[in-house]
Amino acid sequence: MEFGIVELSRLQFAMTAMYHFLFVPLTLGLSILVAIMETVYVMTNRPVWRQMTKFWGTLFGINFVLGVATGITMEFQFGMNWSYYSHYVGDIFGAPLAIEGLMAFFLEATFVGLFFFGWDKLSKQAHLTVTWLVAIGSNFSALWILIANGWMQNPVGAEFNPQTMRMEMTDFFAVLFNEVAQAKFVHTVSAGYVTASVFVIGVSAWYLLKGRHIELARRSITVAAAFGLASAFSVVLLGDESGYSATHSQKMKLAAIEAMWETHEAPAPFNLIGFPDQEARETHYAIQIPWAMGLIGTRSLTTEIPGINDLVAQAETRIRSGLIAYDALMHIREMRDAADPAVTATFEEHSADLGFAFLLKKYVEDPRTATEAQIVAASNDTVPTVWPLFWAFRVMVALGFGFIATMAYFFYRASFKGMDFPRPALWLAVVMIPAPWIAAEMGWFVAEFGRQPWTVDGILPTAMSVSALSMTEVALTLAGFVLFYTALFIIEMGLMLKYIRKGPFQDVLETDAWVQRHHDRLAGRRNADAIATPAE
Amino acid sequence: MILHELLSYELLRVIWWGLLGVLLIGFALTDGFDMGVGALLPFVGKTDVERRVAINTVGPVWEGNQVWFILGGGAIFAAWPPLYAVSFSGFYLAMFVVLAAFIVRPVAFKYRSKRDDPRWRSAWDWALFVSGAVPALLFGVAVGNVIQGVPFHFTDDLHSIYDDVWYMKFLGLLDPFSILAGVVSLAMLVMHGAAWLTLKAEGAVQWRARSIGSVAALVAVAAYAAAGVWLAFGIEGYRIVGDYVTGGPSNPLHFEVEKTATWLTAYADRPWIIVAPAMGILGGLLTFFGLRAGREVSTLLFSKMAILGVISSVGLTMFPFIMPSSSDPQSSLTVWNSSSSHLTLFIMLICALIFMPLILMYTAWVYKVLWGKVTEADVTDNSHSVY
Repeated sequence: MEFGIVELSRLQFAMTAMYHFLFVPLTLGLSILVAIMETVYVMTNRPVWRQMTKFWGTLFGINFVLGVATGITMEFQFGMNWSYYSHYVGDIFGAPLAIEGLMAFFLEATFVGLFFFGWDKLSKQAHLTVTWLVAIGSNFSALWILIANGWMQNPVGAEFNPQTMRMEMTDFFAVLFNEVAQAKFVHTVSAGYVTASVFVIGVSAWYLLKGRHIELARRSITVAAAFGLASAFSVVLLGDESGYSATHSQKMKLAAIEAMWETHEAPAPFNLIGFPDQEARETHYAIQIPWAMGLIGTRSLTTEIPGINDLVAQAETRIRSGLIAYDALMHIREMRDAADPAVTATFEEHSADLGFAFLLKKYVEDPRTATEAQIVAASNDTVPTVWPLFWAFRVMVALGFGFIATMAYFFYRASFKGMDFPRPALWLAVVMIPAPWIAAEMGWFVAEFGRQPWTVDGILPTAMSVSALSMTEVALTLAGFVLFYTALFIIEMGLMLKYIRKGPFQDVLETDAWVQRHHDRLAGRRNADAIATPAE
Repeated sequence: MILHELLSYELLRVIWWGLLGVLLIGFALTDGFDMGVGALLPFVGKTDVERRVAINTVGPVWEGNQVWFILGGGAIFAAWPPLYAVSFSGFYLAMFVVLAAFIVRPVAFKYRSKRDDPRWRSAWDWALFVSGAVPALLFGVAVGNVIQGVPFHFTDDLHSIYDDVWYMKFLGLLDPFSILAGVVSLAMLVMHGAAWLTLKAEGAVQWRARSIGSVAALVAVAAYAAAGVWLAFGIEGYRIVGDYVTGGPSNPLHFEVEKTATWLTAYADRPWIIVAPAMGILGGLLTFFGLRAGREVSTLLFSKMAILGVISSVGLTMFPFIMPSSSDPQSSLTVWNSSSSHLTLFIMLICALIFMPLILMYTAWVYKVLWGKVTEADVTDNSHSVY
């Protein structure tokens, strides 16, 4: 693969987006966990819960600020690096981004200051409301971002306008209730909840191993395990739902994830493990589970899932149809309002395939002059590189099942074994802390790399979306981002570790006094029981 | 959906042009004092406690303020996609510098006081200074460039191409008029930050803010007036020529544009817009006197008035132009050729009508809760929980 402005811009986008998503999942989940802890505090009035709220709130804050800061890059770099994309689909894609700001981001950002600074200025109930508003704002943010992203995967509710040379919205509610977006939203926020739960359990487990902050740690594990268990089920189920919706919206992505080269008679088997070979278009040493793919992908035993080779053949047909649309479009652009109605009708008939003609732009300036060999090459371009997708997907899914098992175990020990956790389990919890981040990054990789060669599936190729920038400029900013983000990452990790080592430092006297009284009460009750028993 | 046809495309475009102004002004009024305080930080705070007082005046609100910037980006994307595409890729390296500042600033607020090491704190103080002063300057420079026109053109399929070598996208921005515009915006935001500190701080911090801020106010007024004179005699304007429709498809290539001798013919066509520059100058002078006299609430209001006047004067003078092209005037972006579709503008207007009042209400509530001065005792007594 030649390395040009498109690849460099993609690298920058991937790097900044994946970096941004190091902070987002923890924000999503921790905001809710902190709100739950504060709710318990307000209901029971026990100081330990306020201390938990403030302690996890401090870690939330250190993480939150980098999520906000790196999100700024995301909001602006579509225009900076992907200006043709921005022109071509801004009419649809921009709306959810703006609504995210209006409805969600303003909410979370305005109230997050009061979360930290409002403890003495607000009543307990008012402060709790503020905390919940931060959590709700964060999660609504994810909703709108995923509606935008869902549209790139499954572009519904829009059509091409030859007068403005761009896609324009025709049905806002179709964009809003896009099935891909809805499944992605729940999948993504659940992944965030799992991340925060694993984080809280891991840090608490470390305290238990060190014999510190026992009261805070046990209660934190109890809350996080219950929340994490529900979320781990949700993340896997909704992941499955995403796979199901991909069966009709993104067939190529699904086939590539499965390394399914040939269409298999229904129900298709699932490649558990194997070594995809892009050149030979086959998967070596595949271990298959019969029927599983058909069941997951179509929820039936009779519906076929098309393989990669058949999809390439379909792409070739669509490229040829797209060329008819392109030719008609050139006439319409020339004539504007005076365009021949017959040509306009031809265009409308083929306009759904216009994007496929754009795939040829990589080879020739005017797609109509493309040779047969170039058309074949462009059809082959519709296959993303299979092996990274195949493996990234499997790592993500394996981790997903791992989270269910871990959460179930901690939930069981917390609920039925008196919050008594064996040391090996605690060590496992500490070691597992990075796992949800790996799973989340893999998930995004599958979603976005699997969409290639498109930025908007079937509508706009990535190669065409890029800004007319020089390599030097993009190389400069990429180097800048790498340096800058690495420094911020080191600083953030340093502070995170410092504050984890330091442990809860607020309301210490009050909490310790309460813990002492609480233990005395429990001991008193046990003594009373001991005295009462012989008397019976 | 046909509901959106209740409002004409032309009217929606004018409304969204106004809302673009509201967002820019909202950004300057709120995030503006954050930037101003950042730029003032090394000068108003000589000790660590003094600096922490200054930082904590904006500590609880900078996050909300910064959303105006992000919403500005999102709203331009949604309502003016060609503007979003052309300006951010055209000002590519300058945008990177602004982004870097907006990334480092939140981190500096949040992390500065989390370690006791004086070198750590002093490094973040410099980060706050640079990330306040540099974007404050660059926003003005960008406006200066937009007023003169930016060298870009559209291809037939509406790819935007910047008509100069890559390093000129940064160095080329720094012409004398644009630097003057940058001085206006830097001085104005420093003045605004000083007005904010006058309200929220006391003692030495307040006193230093007042004296520096009053100088900034005079510089802002003088530079703004000078830019106005320059605009009258030395800067070309643009106008749309021939027949055109205001409610047609958003395609710049459907319009004919030519350069004119000056932008200021707008004041002959629409004399009432003189209100805007008058507010800018009057607001700046009143802020100067307010700062000298040590008046708190009214000074901040005067400073807001100055910002409102200065920013709206640019938009009103250039209307209907948003971003003219100096190298290919036909590619110029105007209110009539660079908006979203009729339907998208309508939907976004509904969203704005629902959420903007809510945002203003809860933001006002938060400021009310936080009303009152940040004192040195507030910082030293809560050393672990405040910034």
